[in-house]
Amino acid sequence: MTFRDIVPIIILVAFLALVPVFITANTVLNFLVFTLIVALAAQGWNILGGFGGQFSFGHAAFFGTGAYAAALLQARLGINPWTAFAIGSAAGGAVGWVIGYLSFRSGLRGSYFALVTLAFAEVLRILANAATFTGGAAGVLIKLDVRPENFQFESRGAFFWIALALVGAVLVLTRWIERSRFGAQLVAVRENEAAAKALGVDTLRVKLGAITLSGAVTAAAGCLYAQYFLYVDANIAYGTWISVEAILAPIIGGLGTVLGPLVGAVALHGLGEITKLAAGSVPGIDLMVFGALLVVAVAFAPDGILGLLRRLRRPIRSSGVSGHA
Amino acid sequence: MYSPAIIAEAVVNGLMTGAVYALIALGLTLVYGVLHIINFAHGALLTAAMFAVWSVYVVFGLDPYLAILPLTPLFFGLGYALQRFVIGPASHGSDSNILLVTLGLSIAVENALLAGFRSDTRTLNTDYGFQVVEIGPLLLSKPRLIGFGAAVLVTVLLWLLLSRTDTGKAIRAVAKEKLGASLVGINVAHVYAVTFGLGCACLAVAACLLMPTFYVNPRIGQAFVLVAFTIVVLGGMGSIPGALFGGLFIGVVESLCGLFLGDSLGQIGIFLIFILVLLVRPTGLFGAKA
Repeated sequence: MTFRDIVPIIILVAFLALVPVFITANTVLNFLVFTLIVALAAQGWNILGGFGGQFSFGHAAFFGTGAYAAALLQARLGINPWTAFAIGSAAGGAVGWVIGYLSFRSGLRGSYFALVTLAFAEVLRILANAATFTGGAAGVLIKLDVRPENFQFESRGAFFWIALALVGAVLVLTRWIERSRFGAQLVAVRENEAAAKALGVDTLRVKLGAITLSGAVTAAAGCLYAQYFLYVDANIAYGTWISVEAILAPIIGGLGTVLGPLVGAVALHGLGEITKLAAGSVPGIDLMVFGALLVVAVAFAPDGILGLLRRLRRPIRSSGVSGHA
Repeated sequence: MYSPAIIAEAVVNGLMTGAVYALIALGLTLVYGVLHIINFAHGALLTAAMFAVWSVYVVFGLDPYLAILPLTPLFFGLGYALQRFVIGPASHGSDSNILLVTLGLSIAVENALLAGFRSDTRTLNTDYGFQVVEIGPLLLSKPRLIGFGAAVLVTVLLWLLLSRTDTGKAIRAVAKEKLGASLVGINVAHVYAVTFGLGCACLAVAACLLMPTFYVNPRIGQAFVLVAFTIVVLGGMGSIPGALFGGLFIGVVESLCGLFLGDSLGQIGIFLIFILVLLVRPTGLFGAKA
């Protein structure tokens, strides 16, 4: 990877960083921070699902581990939140490695892998909901103590910049994966695992690397969530909502692309807000649209929004070539 | 600490719940066995069926057991249409696409129900809901006993349909070798849709059997569908006897875990079995080698 590879990312992030300078309304910043947290979780999913072709339906396992680690380390052990953030992300990576080791070693793939990840997330949710250490169903509160060294800020803008910096860092990381030998091997595993193996790719090691990175990134999103809302419980942290969001954003934006998860998260949540404005406060209406959109996207735009844009740019050349699965 | 009578009652109760679990799993395993896909919309469709039972009771005063008669063909038709006109065309024949399409359907259906019925939990107040039957030393809930009998009966009927009728033969042919089946003149898209319809019809029956003793809210399907996945994986994907025995076994496991570990941890036994089976023997107890 050369510097030129990341110039577009730097320009994009710098442009987005200007947003809080012009918009100071708390509702808008709230929406943007939440969207960035979802985008970060989705970027994690995209490393494993988009580049590696392993569709996890249980990324809540990583998100929740990050959220709980960040909250519990502070609330129970009094560890500094910035340190807790780092430990939380690492814990997500470790959980990813363990789940990956168990399921990839047993040769699980496709729907079996989707099911086993779902089950792991569900086990963690039940445990977190029942254990006393995690506060049970009441959840964990992080004490309000607004100091920058405490990872709590007066303005929402500061949080926006931190979230944006993390999303930007993962954009660079994903760009590196795309360009690296590791990334090429990962894509080879996605396209044809048997062929990749025959060519000497250590498929288990590649998939384990992907799920560990994926888990760490999604756990970082979980840490950020806990730090922003200062509260987690089992249904937020390990709930299916985040597993679903993490899948939807890359697919809507563009599976296995650097910008896909971010584009998808912004498009989805923008659309969600518009639906809520149009339909009033009917519960579930935005998610209903998301679900329908997922079906439509798979049917008509398998390469997501970015794929559609690319097709618009080159209408003639793409007509003979069908998109990959 | 626990008297044998309490444990016996837990086992019998587990068997009765397990039979309805088996019925839900039956729809899932049938679809898997023929289409080789995992239908993630199964839970949301069960929730829809339960709301349908609740609605016909509240609006027309139709008894849940009688509701089996109109709802089963209705859900068969719904399932047929979903597979024929939505899932089939949208997925372009790729397995991972089917996974995503059914996931999208489940999100859309579940939240449409949330938007329509709101998140309140609803129950039916039938006059037989709390009746009990005394068998030896055991006191058994009458609606659940009926549920057990009906679930076993439906399983047998489905088994006969698959093994004795021409439709069943066509379904089995497509399950084994879809190219060969289409070469001898079987309409594969039609058989797929019929199978999906049968899966949904099982859900309608299960919903009618559940509603006298159970409650419904828009998220209820999720609780059942993970249990159903466990049963299907345990019994072997696509195996009908596997679904029945898996269902009964899981019902007992849940009941005993609930007794020994308490309600909040009761379901953990199910998921541990699920993960263990997936890791150690993903083809299940009755499944063919994948």
